[in-house]
Amino acid sequence: MNWLTNFVRPKIRALYAKKDVPDNLWLKCPNCEAMLFHRDLEENLRVCQHCGFHMRIDPVRRMQMLFDGGEYQTIELPKAPPDPLRFRDQKRYADRLKEAQSKTGRPDAILVAHGRMDGMPVVVAAFDFGFMGGSMGIAVGEGLVAAARLAVLQDAPLVVVPASGGARMQEGILSLMQMPRTVIAVEMVKEAGLPYVVVLTDPTTGGVTASFAMLGDVHIAERGAQIGFAGARVIEDTIRETLPEGFQRAEYLMEHGMVDMVVHRKDLRRTLSKLLDLLRRPAPVAEVVAMPIAVAEVEAEAVPPPAAAASKDGREPAGEPAER
Amino acid sequence: MQTFLEFEKPIAELEGKIEELRHLTDQGDINIADEVGKLQSKVDRLLRQTYAKLSPWQKVQVARHPNRPHCLDYVEALIEDFMPLAGDRAFAEDRAVVGGIGRFRGRTVMVIGQEKGHDTESRVRHNFGMAKPEGYRKAIRLMEMADRFGLPVLSLVDTAGAYPGVASEERGQAEAIARSIETCLRLKVPMVAAVIGEGGSGGAIAIAASDRVLMLEHAVYSVISPEGCASILWRSSANAADAAAALRLTAQDLKELGVIDRIVAEPVGGAHRNRSEIFASLGDALEDSLDGLRGLDGAALRARRRDKFLDMGQKGLS
Repeated sequence: MNWLTNFVRPKIRALYAKKDVPDNLWLKCPNCEAMLFHRDLEENLRVCQHCGFHMRIDPVRRMQMLFDGGEYQTIELPKAPPDPLRFRDQKRYADRLKEAQSKTGRPDAILVAHGRMDGMPVVVAAFDFGFMGGSMGIAVGEGLVAAARLAVLQDAPLVVVPASGGARMQEGILSLMQMPRTVIAVEMVKEAGLPYVVVLTDPTTGGVTASFAMLGDVHIAERGAQIGFAGARVIEDTIRETLPEGFQRAEYLMEHGMVDMVVHRKDLRRTLSKLLDLLRRPAPVAEVVAMPIAVAEVEAEAVPPPAAAASKDGREPAGEPAER
Repeated sequence: MQTFLEFEKPIAELEGKIEELRHLTDQGDINIADEVGKLQSKVDRLLRQTYAKLSPWQKVQVARHPNRPHCLDYVEALIEDFMPLAGDRAFAEDRAVVGGIGRFRGRTVMVIGQEKGHDTESRVRHNFGMAKPEGYRKAIRLMEMADRFGLPVLSLVDTAGAYPGVASEERGQAEAIARSIETCLRLKVPMVAAVIGEGGSGGAIAIAASDRVLMLEHAVYSVISPEGCASILWRSSANAADAAAALRLTAQDLKELGVIDRIVAEPVGGAHRNRSEIFASLGDALEDSLDGLRGLDGAALRARRRDKFLDMGQKGLS
């Protein structure tokens, strides 16, 4: 019986299964288990057509999705010291890194690009969850600092799209230090008066959430994304009870005041561009009309306008035209 | 009562013998004084030897030693006229984070820190030093107040980490920590942090993004607990000792990596064996660090602090 159930039956099943799913043309939705044709799925931005489940996407796809015509320029990131601790668990970190690099074709878990979003220049930094769980080490910190500097240089808003399990353990304390480091990065953008928007995607947890990802001017979350600080298992082990339905999901975070909106992936680009447009063009561009000096003089002499009123429209305080 | 760690067994045995002999002395035997002296010097030698080459995992145990002086012990020893302040003005008072104003060697300072508690009752009251969002929001409030009054901030770090729970997540643990880091980095007053026991991940950096970071000789500071790291990478928390070594979490490692500025030497056998000595050494180191930051104007101080963290990981490594 054992031999039959454990060996023969799986073998027979495997034979049939192979026939059913040839060459990844079909993908099963992890949520509703519906079979999705790969082309339909790509067209739908990797969102299940049946249940709306948002699958993870890689940063290249993300960039194509966000920039006008899918066109953008990536920037080369400064080289980070690889494996600073010479970390080794059951496997060497140096080897894990190489594996991840050859799997993704990227030097680390972040991609930084600039381009236009409905004509507006924008800098985007997107995480690659496929690269060691999108974990943040020195290279990722470096990427965010570079993205922030680029945004300031180009006078462009910064959009960061995290997808990360948190800090990269294999870089020890140096990965923890990326938390203050990335906080400084976004601070530079804010100080330059530029919008900093975070698009929280599945998953955003740990040290990433507890640093730059929760400091956006606006937080947009993708539907159903897991967002939180501690891992669900750690919490369950601590409180010894099962977690509430929908715990740490985007909708739950919105309910608790941590995100501004939860959007469907297909609406993300439009939402971002609308938001950035509102923030970057606060008033219609005024037609410059030369004010006749005589009129200004008369007005200034008759009723000196209060300084507040004068500075409100950004002009020099009262009396100045008269003195000229 | 003295608690002995696993690797202190030979020391515990010797000290037990001394204790026995002392009882005999009480019964009137004079020769025993010699014997006690000999044993005592043997204990001292053994302690010195053991503590001179503690493994990273042993340091983790020393850092968590139940008799180790905690935040409030240092506050009591070092801060005069201490006035504890409470609450985050939004939700609750979190006793895992203690703080207040007081006088440190002549100057008014703002003190914040995590308190673990020393017995069952106080441990529960302080939630074992594991803060919830309101704890970090209280720290933010106190740091902002210090900034307003030009008071230097002293931060004493001792936590296994931020508290993981449903309530913490609901109230935005991550956001509270992020804001706390941001507040540290924005301060225009000097800030000195000292890791006095455990520096547990995000819960620690939340109040340690400071101008100067000190660490006691046997304290540890890490991105994840050795147990947590082992259970993920080795798939068994039994490998905690391996993880502790791989993570490089000792004060000596961190100094080498350029993450901390100064190591404060502990008494032989650890801070818990001679409290007054460690209070004095940490006090001196804190005073010295504050003196070094005196006279810098707020903007320069902030710019330097930022540059220091921006460089982290890039400098001093090959």
